[in-house]
Amino acid sequence: MSSVTTPPLSRRAGEGKGPAGSAPGGASPEEEAALQAAFDAAVAAEERIEPRDWMPDAYRATLVRQIAQHAHSEIIGMQPEANWITRAPSLRRKAILMAKVQDEAGHGLYLYGAAETLGTGREQLLDKLHAGRQKYSSIFNYPTLTWADVGAIGWLVDGAAITNQVPLCRCSYGPYARAMVRICKEESFHQRQGYELLLALSRGTEAQHAMAQDAVDRWWWPSLMMFGPPDEESAHSARSMEWKIKRHSNDELRQRFVDICVPQAEALGLTLPDPELRWNEQREHWDFGAIDWQEFRDVLAGNGPCNDQRLHRRRAAHEDGAWVREAAAAHAAKQAARRAAPHPAPPTAGTEPPTRPAEQSRQPHTPEHAPQPHPDEPAPQARADEPAQRGVEHSS
Amino acid sequence: MSADWPLWEVFVRSRRGLSHTHAGSLHAPDAQMALRNARDLFTRRSEGVSLWVVPSGEITASSPDEKDPFFAPAADKPYRHPTFYEVPEGVRNL
Repeated sequence: MSSVTTPPLSRRAGEGKGPAGSAPGGASPEEEAALQAAFDAAVAAEERIEPRDWMPDAYRATLVRQIAQHAHSEIIGMQPEANWITRAPSLRRKAILMAKVQDEAGHGLYLYGAAETLGTGREQLLDKLHAGRQKYSSIFNYPTLTWADVGAIGWLVDGAAITNQVPLCRCSYGPYARAMVRICKEESFHQRQGYELLLALSRGTEAQHAMAQDAVDRWWWPSLMMFGPPDEESAHSARSMEWKIKRHSNDELRQRFVDICVPQAEALGLTLPDPELRWNEQREHWDFGAIDWQEFRDVLAGNGPCNDQRLHRRRAAHEDGAWVREAAAAHAAKQAARRAAPHPAPPTAGTEPPTRPAEQSRQPHTPEHAPQPHPDEPAPQARADEPAQRGVEHSS
Repeated sequence: MSADWPLWEVFVRSRRGLSHTHAGSLHAPDAQMALRNARDLFTRRSEGVSLWVVPSGEITASSPDEKDPFFAPAADKPYRHPTFYEVPEGVRNL
């Protein structure tokens, strides 16, 4: 860990201006203990840990694993819904679905950005996803068979995600918590559009109602599995709660979700596929039936209905996009080379104004091509209040 | 490849009258693409009226390890705060 360099606000392995922050390579056991104590005190005091603070290796590794899995889930989650964009029943629904799928891409990017502040590169994370070495939420290995599935995903899958994610806005790691604040704001649109979609179907024709019920029947149990294994089997829970990465146990969040969904299902005019669902006066919670954890483990192990398809599609999309990334990099290199090149000689008095090379005149108002200085004159200073623009004179 | 795309820090001015605030980071091959990507990533719901993108490597930051000595000079100067001074009861507009 200490060999990773640390640029200021975000960081990436092998990039940046040299070591700063973090534990120095050969910290003595006493120094290590002091750093650990300072970290523990910060977490206990509800302070946030920031990228360049010292943190235990295991804390860093846990965050990378969790944030990466979360980011992967967002971008894999684009697939089951994107399948329906071309078949959305109206222009309104189509525009909504496109905006939602675009949001999922955005959420993936916020999260990859947060993971990168821990010193793991974007490319590394994608490689691990493509190689099947990092997981994504098993819910996305189920197929979207009908249009109603788009509604069920919005209501149940995004609903479960929100229940999981709202407490993450108070996670002890600053960049993750900040990403979650943005994500949670956007997720509530996702959930509502799904609910509205199901409501329209439920109140529609008999066939439409049946389609909505069928979708809820298929998505209910996998949605409950999204909260992870029961508390007694959850490998990382206790430590994550100690570190305040996690604020509530899996079972606690699952119960909260069930309690939220029961009245919502009723308002939809749909039933949840669990005959054991009943109100428990004593607990003041809804009791629900046993979850088929074998199915959960099977899907997680790669044997779900769509595991291969999702990963294959993801890899293909990455490979098919290679030429776009290469073209953008080539364009950037060309622009940089042009900025670094010496300026054409100024016109001598009395001659025609020179024609600029075609490629230079193509972008007449970018600052890089703003008035060419006379070689004898001192270069004008770049304006300090416009940091995005760099004067051509300062680039070489 | 995007592996070579540098990292940019994005700052958003949410509305006129407010300063730019750090929103997050992204990868892009150059400043122009970084601006476009920042628009798509951080202002999908009209969250901003102005964007800055800054190469992450160009930012110089104070080190968290130094924070105590670095910021210590401010700690023993309470006379920089108005509450340091005693004012007789009844004196107003001070």
